[in-house]
Amino acid sequence: MARLTAPPQFLTTTLGKAMRWSQQQSMWPATFGLACCAIEMMATGTAHNDLARFGMEVFRASPRQADLMVVAGRVSQKMAPVLRQVYDQMADPKWVISMGACASTGGMFNNYALVQGVDQIVPVDVYVPGCPPGPQSLMHGILTLQDKVMSGELAR
Amino acid sequence: MSGDGSPGPVDGSDEMLAGLTDAVPSAEADRSVGDDVIRVPAPDLARLAQAARAAGFEMCADITVVDYLRVRRVRFEVVVNLLSLQHNRRLRILVPVTEDDPEVPSLVPVYPGANFLEREAYDMFGIRFTGHPDLTRILMPDDWMGHPLRRDFDVGAVPVQFKASPRVS
Amino acid sequence: MAEPTSTTDIWVSGTEAPEVSEWMVAGTDEGAQEMERHETTERSVEQRGSRVVDDWVVDDTIDDDERMIVNMGPQHPSTHGVLRLNIELEGEIVRRVKPIIGYLHTGMEKTAETLTFLQGGTNVTRMDYLAPLHNELCYSLAVERLLGVEIPPRAQAIRILMTELNRVSSHLVATATNGMDIGALSMMMYGFRERELILEFFEKTTGLRMNHNYIRPGGLAADLPDGWEEDVAEILVRIPRAIQDYEDLLKENPIWMGRTQGIGIITADECLAYGVTGPTLRAAGVPWDLRKAQPYSGIEAYDFEVVTGSRGDVYDRYRVRIGEIHQSLRIVEQVADAMPRGDYKTGDRKVSPPPRQRIDESMEALIHHFKIYTEGFKVPAGETYAAIEAPRGELGCYLVSDGSGAPLRMHTRAPSFSNLQALPIMMADSLVADTVACIASLDPVMGDVDR
Repeated sequence: MARLTAPPQFLTTTLGKAMRWSQQQSMWPATFGLACCAIEMMATGTAHNDLARFGMEVFRASPRQADLMVVAGRVSQKMAPVLRQVYDQMADPKWVISMGACASTGGMFNNYALVQGVDQIVPVDVYVPGCPPGPQSLMHGILTLQDKVMSGELAR
Repeated sequence: MSGDGSPGPVDGSDEMLAGLTDAVPSAEADRSVGDDVIRVPAPDLARLAQAARAAGFEMCADITVVDYLRVRRVRFEVVVNLLSLQHNRRLRILVPVTEDDPEVPSLVPVYPGANFLEREAYDMFGIRFTGHPDLTRILMPDDWMGHPLRRDFDVGAVPVQFKASPRVS
Repeated sequence: MAEPTSTTDIWVSGTEAPEVSEWMVAGTDEGAQEMERHETTERSVEQRGSRVVDDWVVDDTIDDDERMIVNMGPQHPSTHGVLRLNIELEGEIVRRVKPIIGYLHTGMEKTAETLTFLQGGTNVTRMDYLAPLHNELCYSLAVERLLGVEIPPRAQAIRILMTELNRVSSHLVATATNGMDIGALSMMMYGFRERELILEFFEKTTGLRMNHNYIRPGGLAADLPDGWEEDVAEILVRIPRAIQDYEDLLKENPIWMGRTQGIGIITADECLAYGVTGPTLRAAGVPWDLRKAQPYSGIEAYDFEVVTGSRGDVYDRYRVRIGEIHQSLRIVEQVADAMPRGDYKTGDRKVSPPPRQRIDESMEALIHHFKIYTEGFKVPAGETYAAIEAPRGELGCYLVSDGSGAPLRMHTRAPSFSNLQALPIMMADSLVADTVACIASLDPVMGDVDR
């Protein structure tokens, strides 16, 4: 009888669910700060807003160790190939958040110098609006991405 | 340069400006919205800069170009902003440059800080600075065609859905 | 799974990925802008930083095999944005340095020509994103000089209040990132924590944390919010206390001193020759501050000191920044104590719209309001240059108007752009580990450099 009431030593799940859960819970962003949004990204990561609560405070300097690229800021024509190369260097599975108006659409700078939307170069999973988006907006974007990964919509 | 809109600091007499125009006879002194301005033809720019350096303008604060396309007969104007810390005054040198022969002597031998500024002017307007040690593009990619800040260079805007901005060509 | 692409041989996830075309691979090479193995004498003089003072110490006889050109950036965690450096190393020693910039070129000077004078503020505020209010102030001063309008005393006082608070927040980030780059990670956390305090006040006043478009030609966008006195008073209590924490952490910390003292030295002569301004110039011992020398917006009415260093190294630049935070807070305190009453924008109806109440009563006022915000106001033809002391140095705005509603040319004299030329001087002949300390102490903002 005593054996039956002891806490179970195992649980059942599907392999896919376990994979998605682990992907979602340790998503490491690459430090890809470009412009104003990068400062807000740094503000999100530091003490006051504390991104560590969502298991993603480990900003990786090397794209080889990162799962998530937060494109924070305007992407110029000169930067576009570099951005693509960094994206290609990231190991699969990988996700991209386009942070801010400039990264998403070119923002107010509709001119010769900027790539009008980073989705022309890399596939974007979540767009975060704002100029620049506050830390709360970025966190909401990140949580949205995590939800979508967990639900299987963006699982890779 | 003091207060909002009031004229800049003046040394009392303009002996310094007179000294510069004496040293370079082709230069003429002028005032523009409270600032000291000297206009000089392109070949004499380096000589004037040397004289200004000797007169106490230690720093070349800024070099830029204005494109007066369809406004003036001579299309470009190179603008050099000098700053003197010891006399606490500024001097602006305006150099008209034609479109056919956009060439100006480089100021790098006089003011080493002109290096980046002249490269930017070359990149954005296609003004060639003769004697510059490293006249390459600085802001645009190396294989970029054209000089973006010229007024006949298109803004390069893509049409947006929500608004047809009238000023964007 | 997608096929491995032929050019990079790396798996590209999903079919939605655009193909890697040739320009993406070839485009990361900047050709003539990069450092070459064998440079012309002229170019190598620049890269060794020996044009002003020839302090080149090692002979040129060292074999080529012992030298290596290393690329740092544009995507690098300690280059403060997308700065790219080509560094020639000889073992651990940096021999030549060449900054390659333009990776954040936004074409703002071109965009400025398509915006009216009133809209221009939204554009310039995004240049130096750590000191947006300084950009707005500088641009507004230039427009106002051409217009020749008088700014009411309250607007001037609020401008000084906001820009000096902005200087504090900018120097906090500079100190925080300087700490992080050298390994004092707690400094990063502290600096950003205190910065939030100021940003919250900015958000309350302007509606945004950054990129405010608050200071506009003709005055301000809005008056200070109710209860601003308490917020400023709280800032004035909490920031000095926090600065004391940083001082306890860093000022006499032997590791910090070892990593910063005698590192990245630049002399006063070199600063002047290369157009280096701001804390870097003052740390080299030149007491040059535009707030004192060529005061703007009535800042001459307040009492403060120009903080200088003597050795021009990384440590002195850190000391100057900390000193300037204290001085800026002193100014803020004086402004808050003696805040004049009155209007927050000019009464000149050519520039500023009629007050809200008049719009309800008068059709003409409504039309006037509409015209100012759609067509904008016309600025008399002319050219002018206005300069202020931004956190990084002399920020200037060269403005040319042809008498229409938009500038013929708007050029910004960016302090970081000129300051960046000092990197080869600071870094040549020093150890590669000091590279990040030098960059961080210069505090370049790439949005300011590339515009």
